[in-house]
Amino acid sequence: MAVATRELTLVEAVNDCLHHELERDDSVLVMGEDVGRAGGVFRATAGLRDRFGPDRCIDTPLAEAGILGTAVGLCMAGWRPVVEMQYDAFSYPCLDQLITHVGRYHWRTKGGMEFPITIRMPYGGGVRAPELHDDSPETYYVHTPGIKVAIPSTAADAKGLLAAAIRDPDPVVIFEPKLHYRTLRGEVPEGDHVVPLGEARIVREGDDVTLVAYGSMVPLCEGAIDALDGEASVELLDIRSLKPLDEDALLAAAAKTGRVAIVQEAPRVCGFGAELAAILAEKAILDLQAPVLRVTGYDVPYPYWTIEDAYMPSVERVVDAVRRLLAF
Amino acid sequence: MAQVLPAERDLRRVIGDGESVPDGEVDGLDESDFLELYRSLVLLRTYDERSVVFHRQGRIGTYAIFWNHEAMQAGAVHALADEDWIFPSYRESAIGLLRGIPAATILQWWRGHPTGWWNPADYNVASICVPIATHVPHAAGLAWGKKLRGENACSIVFFGDGATSEGAFHEGANFAAVMGAPLILFCNNNQWAISTPLEAQTRAETLADKAVGYGMPGVRVDGADVLAVYEATREAVERARAGDGPTFIEAVTYRAAPHATADDPSAYIDAERVEQEKRNECVGRYERYLRRLGVLTDELDQQIRGEAADAMRAGIAAAEAEAPADPGLVFEHAYVQPPPELARDRAELRRVLGGNEG
Ligand SMILES: Cc1ncc(C[n+]2csc(CCOP(=O)(O)OP(=O)(O)O)c2C)c(N)n1
Ligand SMILES: [Mg+2]
Repeated sequence: MAVATRELTLVEAVNDCLHHELERDDSVLVMGEDVGRAGGVFRATAGLRDRFGPDRCIDTPLAEAGILGTAVGLCMAGWRPVVEMQYDAFSYPCLDQLITHVGRYHWRTKGGMEFPITIRMPYGGGVRAPELHDDSPETYYVHTPGIKVAIPSTAADAKGLLAAAIRDPDPVVIFEPKLHYRTLRGEVPEGDHVVPLGEARIVREGDDVTLVAYGSMVPLCEGAIDALDGEASVELLDIRSLKPLDEDALLAAAAKTGRVAIVQEAPRVCGFGAELAAILAEKAILDLQAPVLRVTGYDVPYPYWTIEDAYMPSVERVVDAVRRLLAF
Repeated sequence: MAQVLPAERDLRRVIGDGESVPDGEVDGLDESDFLELYRSLVLLRTYDERSVVFHRQGRIGTYAIFWNHEAMQAGAVHALADEDWIFPSYRESAIGLLRGIPAATILQWWRGHPTGWWNPADYNVASICVPIATHVPHAAGLAWGKKLRGENACSIVFFGDGATSEGAFHEGANFAAVMGAPLILFCNNNQWAISTPLEAQTRAETLADKAVGYGMPGVRVDGADVLAVYEATREAVERARAGDGPTFIEAVTYRAAPHATADDPSAYIDAERVEQEKRNECVGRYERYLRRLGVLTDELDQQIRGEAADAMRAGIAAAEAEAPADPGLVFEHAYVQPPPELARDRAELRRVLGGNEG
């Protein structure tokens, strides 16, 4: 049966999802800084306050630890809070609540209570913004036990993964690639659309080299494959869901070519790419024909925006990694 | 311990309206002080208005407008000594102009060029703080540290009304009070945090009331009255230097411009109120005051405005004459003693960029 779709930008898909989920479940509420009257600084929550009222789309005080901390209590009172952190780096004050409570409370209640919090935030660089509007903090979140993490790279996945997060009984963090909020468009299923957590997506099929990426690095990798212009046949795997992770898809994509490069925007040391590489070392060693490479941001504070392109993984650096894998 | 209860309710004002409200006076200010304050106001105003134009012309990036906030910045800084430290937020990005930081430097900050970053110790002006309220504890620590060393310096930290909701504000204010740190907590209450109005931020009747909970004086002042701001800050500085600890100053104003160049306030702002505020904006108010006093002539006014315009012309020219930043700077200053991995990364970047990088 054909599903009706609409062409939306990535941020419109997020907005569409929130409308649908608030409609579907009246225990879902949206809260954060400037999400109500203004509809969010990126307009991800536009229209929600008018449609669902100021008690279900709430302009909170400017306090990220308070936002996430009260979300814990709201869960205890039977709500399903979807909290927005205005930007990646401005989420840091909430890490205290995340680590000490959000990731532990279900465990602490010996399974008695659920904390179905969704945290969504724009993330990533390349937007020529002042300091601290550019971070890729997924590792801090994914490293926290009790927390699930997903990062869409298409408009349809932005809707589907967010819907899965909202309906999930555990706390889920969704990082939305802000660089592509308005530049990435795609067909998005209307109405109910859920992309289950834990399922990777094969973006391109190929036989020589496998690129593994997520979020804004997926379109970048597609650019690199195009730039290679047939020089190599490249498989591109979009991890989409960092936790739970689709290990089968990862291992299959690695086994298919035996040559893997992992691309991540965050700094390298202990980044999520290190986890992926460790899994390949543990479980795919006999399938590999070359060392697993990582193309990442550097281990420095995210730089001044005139030179941010030198920090970000680039088409050149991905192409370089593919060639090094081929030459090994 | 000094008596601190209760916080002030009425806004302190010095400048009248030239009609029914008479002008007040501030002790100890002579004509050169009056004009220095005016120069500061005009310089900040010119910086701000030119920056909005530069942004439209694509010559600087996203910019946080501080139109009608100049009186708070100029008035407060005038009450400080050079050894006192200033901790600005993005809203006070150009406050360093008043301490001799070149306009070009601050323009470069908004242009995302490395020459826009300065060594705070050169000017006693800390780095521009972007994450809300997180610099309040820094300012408390600096003030406390100076006190521990037996030095006379104090510090002032600027933050907004929204910032008072953050945990970091609370922790910094409380530390300063407990340690008796010579700190001035200067709250720019422009009544908005992007689209969030003050009443969604607090149910306290005034922000100055918060001071009571920390055991420090809470002062309320008209933030568009540069003389009232100056006087209130001077009093707070005197308290700090006398060892009486921190003061919270709530300067009440109104954000008459978008939050930043990227913001479209039409969805939430009260346009009529903005027009009213614009008519009563802080530079014009002080200019009229000086004219009533007979201190400012047309000629002098033109000269001061001309100097500010020249400084901005020179500033943007110097900024634009700067060579593009070397991509290798990505690796500079992350550490005092960089781990060897960074050198490898730098070499990799140079190789991929084909040797174009220094
Ligand atoms: C920790 C943190 N959270 C969110 C933001 C995004 N943000 C930038 S300015 C702003 C509003 C600040 O309002 P206020 O404190 O009143 O200062 P104003 O901008 O009015 O001077 C917000 C929410 C931020 N910079 N830092
Ligand atoms: Mg404000």
